[in-house]
Amino acid sequence: MRQQAAITAKVFIQRDYSSGTMCQFQTKFPSELENRIDKQQFEETVRALNNMYAEAEKLGSQSYIEGCLACLTAYTVFLCMETHYEKVLKKIAKYIQEQNDKIYAPRGLLLTDPIERGLRVVEITIFEDRSLTR
Amino acid sequence: PPPAAAAPLPPPPHGSEPAHCPGHKSRSPRRKWQVFPGRNRFYCDGRIMMARQTGVFYLTLVLILLTCGLFFTFDCPFLASNLTPAIPAVGGVLFIFVMGMLFRASFSDPGILPRATPDEAADLERQIDSAGCSRPPPRTREVLINGQTVKLKYCFTCKIFRPPRASHCSLCDNCVERFDHHCPWVGNCVGRRNYRFFYLFILSLSLLTVFIFAFVITHVILRSNQTGFLSALKDSPVVVCFFSVWSIVGLSGFHTYLISSNQTTNEDIKGSWSTKRGKDNYNPYSYGNILTNCCAALCGPLPPSLIDRRGLIHSGMPQTVSQSNGTSNSSYASTQLHSNMCDQDQCIQSTKFVLQAATTPLLHSDPVVLAPLPGKTTTLGGPCAYLAPAQPSLPSCGGDVLTLRDAAVDSRCHHHLHLHHHHHHHHFVSPEETPCATPQGALPCPTHLHLHHQPHPAIPSPAALYDPASQDALHEDSVRGLVKLSSV
Repeated sequence: MRQQAAITAKVFIQRDYSSGTMCQFQTKFPSELENRIDKQQFEETVRALNNMYAEAEKLGSQSYIEGCLACLTAYTVFLCMETHYEKVLKKIAKYIQEQNDKIYAPRGLLLTDPIERGLRVVEITIFEDRSLTR
Repeated sequence: PPPAAAAPLPPPPHGSEPAHCPGHKSRSPRRKWQVFPGRNRFYCDGRIMMARQTGVFYLTLVLILLTCGLFFTFDCPFLASNLTPAIPAVGGVLFIFVMGMLFRASFSDPGILPRATPDEAADLERQIDSAGCSRPPPRTREVLINGQTVKLKYCFTCKIFRPPRASHCSLCDNCVERFDHHCPWVGNCVGRRNYRFFYLFILSLSLLTVFIFAFVITHVILRSNQTGFLSALKDSPVVVCFFSVWSIVGLSGFHTYLISSNQTTNEDIKGSWSTKRGKDNYNPYSYGNILTNCCAALCGPLPPSLIDRRGLIHSGMPQTVSQSNGTSNSSYASTQLHSNMCDQDQCIQSTKFVLQAATTPLLHSDPVVLAPLPGKTTTLGGPCAYLAPAQPSLPSCGGDVLTLRDAAVDSRCHHHLHLHHHHHHHHFVSPEETPCATPQGALPCPTHLHLHHQPHPAIPSPAALYDPASQDALHEDSVRGLVKLSSV
């Protein structure tokens, strides 16, 4: 059903490097989405994503323990278990799926998981607004 | 969807062909590593990836195996029986650790940033062009990180704005996150994802070499008590790579310093955060204390690979920019040339002026099609990569150009097309006109630059780019060639 809708535009939310090399995205509301979704909703989505990425890269006791354990086992431990980062990425994928289903798809928008774009951008595809033609 | 994405994929580009892979032309679903645009080699169906030139890596392997082999064969029996069997045991554990870290550093993805999809690239171009007016649009962005202004540069090959601390490796033709350096000994770039493995490798290797060295000396001394010093030396093989002990220990010390101050080799060599640049210059990425810096570098979370090399290619997927431009061979060379051309705009202008004056009569009669050429001479688009097989990790311009000259002389040619301008007219090139390294310094008089004459103009997109009928295009081509040679 989605394939039949024409793509009018793609918006790219770029990375925000003001806090260093950590993966964060800009929360600035792009003008192309102005009549599609409200600013609050969009910012909330991006902030949630930013928080999850920050959690993935956090330097805490858990990551240190994981790092030391991995070093001691010559990194073979990752053959059986996932890294913390990968676990969070799975959580992010689920969150994006859920956001798409509940909020973005009904408005004719589609969020692409940034990991598919090398964590460079959050790609938002804008489909033509079918609701206007009905 | 744009036509480029729906078009059937071209055969794997020349620069990144999978090494001796028998099945890649079959109709089975292809994996992303087979169409990877960088200059990496992939083995074991994409599980292992290395740089293109792996000769020095095999040398590293041989040296380590040889030294350890000699130690275990000749010294350990004596030491185990006379002192304690713990010595070969500890040596064995160290050896296994060293090899494990070496393989991990060599075979993993250093943190390569995948190239932008065509849509992204177009969007960025639009943003950049709308900002500039008549002069060339700015290709840098400034960001304030922790109080320091950091410049983000635009990468012409990957069509992205590089994140801070990322750098484009010319040998592998990839942008790498937190780029440290390209290590030929390890046969790979050292970046965010494999820096800890590289550091642990050199650290454990220095421990191993010191260990071996110490116990070989002990062996000689103990034996000389029994049989005399000279005959003991004769029985025990002289330690191989004695000098490498000091260089590896020195390298470990250097990297320990880098880790404790959270800098990369790249930043340290450029002096990006040194106080010599300015009183207020400091490293914005440092966590403040040495312990946190070390823990962050060695025990921090390991990010996953962004390139997904073993993923399957779906038909509707957006391809990276280098593939959507027609044959990947030509687009690879053209993006290479574009990146260097824009970086050395001034050099081109001045050299172009000289060439126009000197070569117009010559080139009128002899239309040159400087299309990207198969075989070794594609290196005109990338001399550094192809012709620096065993160059040190930070190749200088001089080194690259010298090897280009050697290779140019050695290459087989069916037809020779000599560009005489740099031979006859190099005296036109005055120092103030070519701010970059002058061609006559790099290519002395008797050497001609040999270029294959393309027998048929079969490559569509470069022929469109390099229209042979246009004088400007001819000049640009020869200028590009010269600029590549004299590129700093």
